[in-house]
Amino acid sequence: MSKLRAGPSRASAAAGAVAHRKPLKQRLIENWQLYLLLLIPVIITIVYKYGPMYGIQIAFRDFKASRGIWGSEWVAFEWFERFFSSPNCGRMIVNTVLISLYSLLWSFPVPIILALALNQLRFHKLKRVVQTVLYAPHFISTMIICGMLRIFLSPSGGLINLLLGTSIDFINQSSMFRSIYIISGIWQEAGWGTIIYLATLSSVDTSLYEAAKVDGASVFQRILHIDLPALVPMAVLQLILSASNLMNVGFEKIYLLQTDLNKPVSDTIAVYVYEQGILGAEYSYSTAIGLFNTAVNIVLLIVVSRIAKKASDVQFV
Amino acid sequence: MSAKTKTIGKKPGGLSDRASDVVLVVLSVVIMLLVAYPLYYILVASFSDPYDVYAGKTFLLPSQFTLDGYKAVFSDDSILVGYWNSIKYTVVGTIFSVVMIYITAYPLSNPDLPGRKFFNIFFVITMYFGGGLIPTYLVVRDTGLINTIWAMFLPGGVAVSNMIIARNYFETSIPKELKEAAEIDGASKLRIFWDIIIPLSRPIMAVMVVFSMVAYWNDWFTALIYMTGEGRAPLPLVLRNILIASETSASQASMISGGYAALNKLTESIKFGSIIVAAAPMLIIYPFVQKYFEQGFMAGAVKG
Repeated sequence: MSKLRAGPSRASAAAGAVAHRKPLKQRLIENWQLYLLLLIPVIITIVYKYGPMYGIQIAFRDFKASRGIWGSEWVAFEWFERFFSSPNCGRMIVNTVLISLYSLLWSFPVPIILALALNQLRFHKLKRVVQTVLYAPHFISTMIICGMLRIFLSPSGGLINLLLGTSIDFINQSSMFRSIYIISGIWQEAGWGTIIYLATLSSVDTSLYEAAKVDGASVFQRILHIDLPALVPMAVLQLILSASNLMNVGFEKIYLLQTDLNKPVSDTIAVYVYEQGILGAEYSYSTAIGLFNTAVNIVLLIVVSRIAKKASDVQFV
Repeated sequence: MSAKTKTIGKKPGGLSDRASDVVLVVLSVVIMLLVAYPLYYILVASFSDPYDVYAGKTFLLPSQFTLDGYKAVFSDDSILVGYWNSIKYTVVGTIFSVVMIYITAYPLSNPDLPGRKFFNIFFVITMYFGGGLIPTYLVVRDTGLINTIWAMFLPGGVAVSNMIIARNYFETSIPKELKEAAEIDGASKLRIFWDIIIPLSRPIMAVMVVFSMVAYWNDWFTALIYMTGEGRAPLPLVLRNILIASETSASQASMISGGYAALNKLTESIKFGSIIVAAAPMLIIYPFVQKYFEQGFMAGAVKG
């Protein structure tokens, strides 16, 4: 096999061919230690990831712990019907969708713009310092962020009110809730979000800049015609990834920022699932609502990935 | 980005370049200050008299410098217990998490492992689909993990997105020739893992360690659900009572002799101090591995 190391690509292709020529049984025996390593992660994943997936069926049963999953009575869609006829159902669905959608729309472009600007920053020490600072909030617990928000937004002596000279009770205003949620989200995660785009930009061919300079392109034009197109595939990928999580985002922050007064806007499915399931021990009902949430999420994922695919086709063709 | 662009920019004809440099520098400094100021404000507030904070006297520097807030934080039993719990959960959880990532990523980075594709899909599915809150809770409860340290990390299983980053790093950044040469010398797969993969993947290990540490240190939701017993809550969950519910713990109340006003003052100053104390460890650690982040993300992004 050492003889095959002429060129890296040929060598690996040839090595692959050699490996595949060996009979399966021999390859299984050769790799027994690798299977041994995989054993523990596989067992844990089966128990704690696939086990709960199997347990989803309690959404269609009247689950009683004493009877177990199989012994519990099959009730089909009863829990779903109960959810859809509950008084706050419509409000929760609308709130969940709106918070997710708005925060995706507002938060998605910010890291891209930041990365484009940072990438053109030619003072490397400054760039490093800026990056370090921008990453910082990502490393802070949601709990701490929400504690800070409550301090800053306090009607008596909170930072924002001090700066504005007002005494508005921001947290308890329904009309402010989504803005608070989204702006604090951008503050916390936009800097961190630039990493993936900066990494993509670092692979842009610098000779393109040179050519553009010769043609008299300004920095802005270079960003528009060289950097931005280079980011499109990654941006589309990121969009799809965030869309795949659309309905799951934000339980922690919503739960911690929720007050009785902002409930008309902050009442969301995830919080309801927690309240019903953990606090109320309504296991089957909570599971059914969670399952509904997941189903909506999957539909959204498919829709967004379709749209993103279409959009990127237009860009490239 | 590279040194090359730097020299290009310095060539003549760069007047508009210089102008845009100024714009870019100003812009990035302003954004940096916007991000940093809230944290700085809390830091200043933590050394100030809380009444002065709420009177707007601490925008830039502490007013009536005091360490009372920190004294209160460090003499509060519930916070200290929470701190110790957080350290425990973070250390054990991080070791577990990184070991799991490594023993999953290494086998899956071997191109000639039969069933590699199956195992990949097996793990990746769990990234997108899960049983949800209650079915997971029931499994955790039925396996007897409630109120044990295991509940903090076992249900999380393998951190699949980190595992993919590590796997791609093993595939692309560790020279194949090394592995092949070792195999020719008769080294077993485990030997290669121990003597080549682990020593040569230090950067990615550093990133994995920091990512895991941050996740465990900041996690409170897992504990909210599984660690309901007395004295088991990690720091963020302990702080919920102070930061979100604005409650005063019994141990604080017993310390105070000055009546309601003094108690109220202490409740406020303990807020600032506890935010700093809880956030500081991770904020101190991450800059040390920052240079590896981009590298790690790139390796992970190449093959999604």
